[in-house]
Amino acid sequence: MDWGALHTILGGVNKHSTSIGKIWLTVLFIFRIMILVVAAERVWGDEQDDFVCNTLQPGCKNVCYDHFFPISHIRLWALQLIFVSTPALLVAMHVAYRRHEKKRQFRKGDQKCEYKDIDEIRKQRFHIEGTLWWTYTSSIFFRLVFEAVFMYAFYFMYDGFRMPRLMKCNAWPCPNTVDCFVSRPTEKTVFTIFMIAVSSICILLNVAELCYLLTKFFLRRSKKAGNPKHHPNHENKEETKQNEMNELISDSCQNTVIGFSS
Amino acid sequence: MNWAGLYTVLSGVNRHSTAIGRIWLSVIFIFRIMVLVVAAESVWGDEKSAFTCNTQQPGCNSVCYDHFFPISHIRLWALQLILVTTPALLVAMHVAYQQHQEKKLLVLTGHADPKHMEEVKKHKMRISGSLWWTYVCSVVFRLLFEAVFMYIFYMLYPGYQMVRLVKCEAYPCPNTVDCFISRPTEKTIFTVFMLVTSSICIVLNMAELVYLVVRACARRGQHNSNPPSAKGSFYGHKLSEYKQNEINQLLTEQDGSLKDMLRRNPGLQEKGDRCSAC
Repeated sequence: MDWGALHTILGGVNKHSTSIGKIWLTVLFIFRIMILVVAAERVWGDEQDDFVCNTLQPGCKNVCYDHFFPISHIRLWALQLIFVSTPALLVAMHVAYRRHEKKRQFRKGDQKCEYKDIDEIRKQRFHIEGTLWWTYTSSIFFRLVFEAVFMYAFYFMYDGFRMPRLMKCNAWPCPNTVDCFVSRPTEKTVFTIFMIAVSSICILLNVAELCYLLTKFFLRRSKKAGNPKHHPNHENKEETKQNEMNELISDSCQNTVIGFSS
Repeated sequence: MNWAGLYTVLSGVNRHSTAIGRIWLSVIFIFRIMVLVVAAESVWGDEKSAFTCNTQQPGCNSVCYDHFFPISHIRLWALQLILVTTPALLVAMHVAYQQHQEKKLLVLTGHADPKHMEEVKKHKMRISGSLWWTYVCSVVFRLLFEAVFMYIFYMLYPGYQMVRLVKCEAYPCPNTVDCFISRPTEKTIFTVFMLVTSSICIVLNMAELVYLVVRACARRGQHNSNPPSAKGSFYGHKLSEYKQNEINQLLTEQDGSLKDMLRRNPGLQEKGDRCSAC
């Protein structure tokens, strides 16, 4: 189970996203996950082995490394990417639930069901409206929250985004204050700035998508207010519900008749 | 065979699970297995090479590492995840057995065309009858394994915090020696993360158990108030129709052979009249 599997899982969600959502997913996979895997992991690969302290005291290097790097940048980014991509699964679950309902309707032989066969239901793309709109908006909101939280955690832990060359350490068992040197500080700074920049672009894309969805919602609402009784989907839903009610009534009538006759 | 292989095997089970079961599977694969593979394994990667003891005594390092880490967190989590995900295979086996039975019946009743066979493979089994018991057992086993591993973890590593320094006096270390662990803070963060997700999975399993029990009781209550309606599985319903057809056929054949027997032996008719089974 690795990034490839995550790509497979999220690729399915892509079909039901807005255009901005599709761009966001592409940016996420190409400019963040791929960069992390092919480049950043190599840069941070020798972060502890090549973290050198000017002392022969055993244990001083370990302690100083742990003091300055409570959690490695790479792991923080990996967690951030996992958390940021998972709200899309809420949308996937909602779409799967809707498909399941449509299949149930189709199997019952509902006359109002506009699909010719089950394959069509499987391939159909759902419009982002009704409850799916709320799920989708919540998923974007969660994405934004996770991005912001991780950016803040990063800034808080590493006090700015620059990787210094030298760190002065006086944690026990280091005798007095000891100079410790970080491996590849400039390369790490470059990648840190790159990842932060792409993270900010993703935040902007999410904000834009949120605005787009809200605008679409208000426009649709004002159109509905202008034409109150002309909403085909809404009419369909009402008629489907009425059909279901009629079925339930006739079923219970039959059972009552059977009960009386026995 | 790796985690991807396990994912392939278990995603088939997903179709016959409840909604909570599917959420549980997603949490396992994304927040536990994936985090283990992409992040945690590299944190524990240098756990032995960077475990440093303040001594030059050969062998002291190895002995102290072995004393404090009888089994690495990573291996314990890998075992836990494998054992916790495999009860779902019980359900997969039961579903495969039921599908096999349905296919056999279709062949017996002469409906063995490819379209019906495909339908058997594709349709979702309802969690009722013996499948319900299998499903509930699998959830109980999952809970059991999770609890056992959380307990083992607590026994081996009391407290979930990884300390920076451990004092070791195992032979051949001279007296007491300070040993320093690599990346203790990062390890603590991931330990806490994995424990939290493990607890979430336990809660999801308990919720699924409660849901299954409540559904079974509700169905039983409905069953008692409404006489059996033909709302079994898709092929369960067809099965009862085929069975009824077969029974009818057997009865007409039996009727025919009895009449033949009576024609050939008219004396038997009196006895036949008295026979209640005829």
